[in-house]
Amino acid sequence: MQMRSSLGRVRGLGSAKEGVGHWWAQRVTAIALVPLAIWFVVSIISLTGATYAEYVAWIGVFGNALLMILTALVLFYHASLGMQVVIEDYVSGEGARIAVLLAVKFILYTLAASCVLAVVLVAMRS
Amino acid sequence: MAEFNLPPNSRMKEGKTWPTPPGAKRVKRFRIYRYNPDSGENPRIDTFHIDLDACGPMVLDALIKIKNEIDSTLTFRRSCREGVCGSCAFNIDGTNTLACIKAIEDIKGDVRIFPLPHMPVIKDLVPDLSVPYAQYQLIQPWLQADTPPPAGERRQSPEERAKLDGLWECILCFCCQTSCPSYWWNGDRYLGPAVLLQAYRWIADSRDEHTGDRLDQLNDPFRVYRCHTIMNCSNTCPKHLNPGKAIAEIKTALAQRIL
Repeated sequence: MQMRSSLGRVRGLGSAKEGVGHWWAQRVTAIALVPLAIWFVVSIISLTGATYAEYVAWIGVFGNALLMILTALVLFYHASLGMQVVIEDYVSGEGARIAVLLAVKFILYTLAASCVLAVVLVAMRS
Repeated sequence: MAEFNLPPNSRMKEGKTWPTPPGAKRVKRFRIYRYNPDSGENPRIDTFHIDLDACGPMVLDALIKIKNEIDSTLTFRRSCREGVCGSCAFNIDGTNTLACIKAIEDIKGDVRIFPLPHMPVIKDLVPDLSVPYAQYQLIQPWLQADTPPPAGERRQSPEERAKLDGLWECILCFCCQTSCPSYWWNGDRYLGPAVLLQAYRWIADSRDEHTGDRLDQLNDPFRVYRCHTIMNCSNTCPKHLNPGKAIAEIKTALAQRIL
């Protein structure tokens, strides 16, 4: 039974005094992804039918490797910000929410690190 | 997880059907949600037939006619009957609005009247609004200034006063609050569109000197940032205000502080 007043309940533990950073980062990464995604799609289309050696040589170009790494980092960071919002919306239990958040962020950051490592390793082969 | 299954006492059953008044030419069917928690029974939908030639033009006129002439146990809030007090907010024909300014003839087919969505129901069309009222109290909806009051009133230029237009008209009917899916899922922590519009009304007030404290109170992943610009609030507002824009202004003000 809850006998706490409504005001006490809605004040709860008080304001987190953060949240604006997350909101801003989500918007900045979304805008950054517009040119990065266009570059990525155009590059992949222009490489259609290329051989393995041509792919490796393409990655070996400094600008291509740099943009590939930026695309991966911004993409997965943006995804983790977005997934956090979805999880906070729909997973209401405190313990379950933290567990799901940690698991999803671990997967996304692992994927980001894998992408960066893959680009570096392939680029060094060329 | 969010609750996707309704609690057992949410399942509605067919209720009583009252007869068509004899000799009526223009008859409208009203399907109205009835619930009495003391009875231990599930909610039911009662059907009333109203002779439009013997009834005022608004949905509230029909509700009052039903209460006066057909079923006096029908329970609902109402007061001013002219869209100023915000008492008679219901879900009418699928949209939250005020019964006193919703014309019956604007509704095609049956007139379906339910309480505001996703609030505990006290009886029939009366929801328990104690949480939204407490949230309104949380944002401290009064002028806060440290400059001692001048001899007369605290003055505003016409331009400063104009910034309150579209905000001061809010009558706190909570049509927008209870139309917001984010408020349905996280209503205990998200302040909701009505309360945030009121919060912005004080942030935008040139006479208020506690803007920073007000923004501190709002800067929280749940209190403000559960708003995902769904815009049900602005679509449903019976006073044609724009809570979605007010929330966007709060987000802009919060971002200005860190940039």
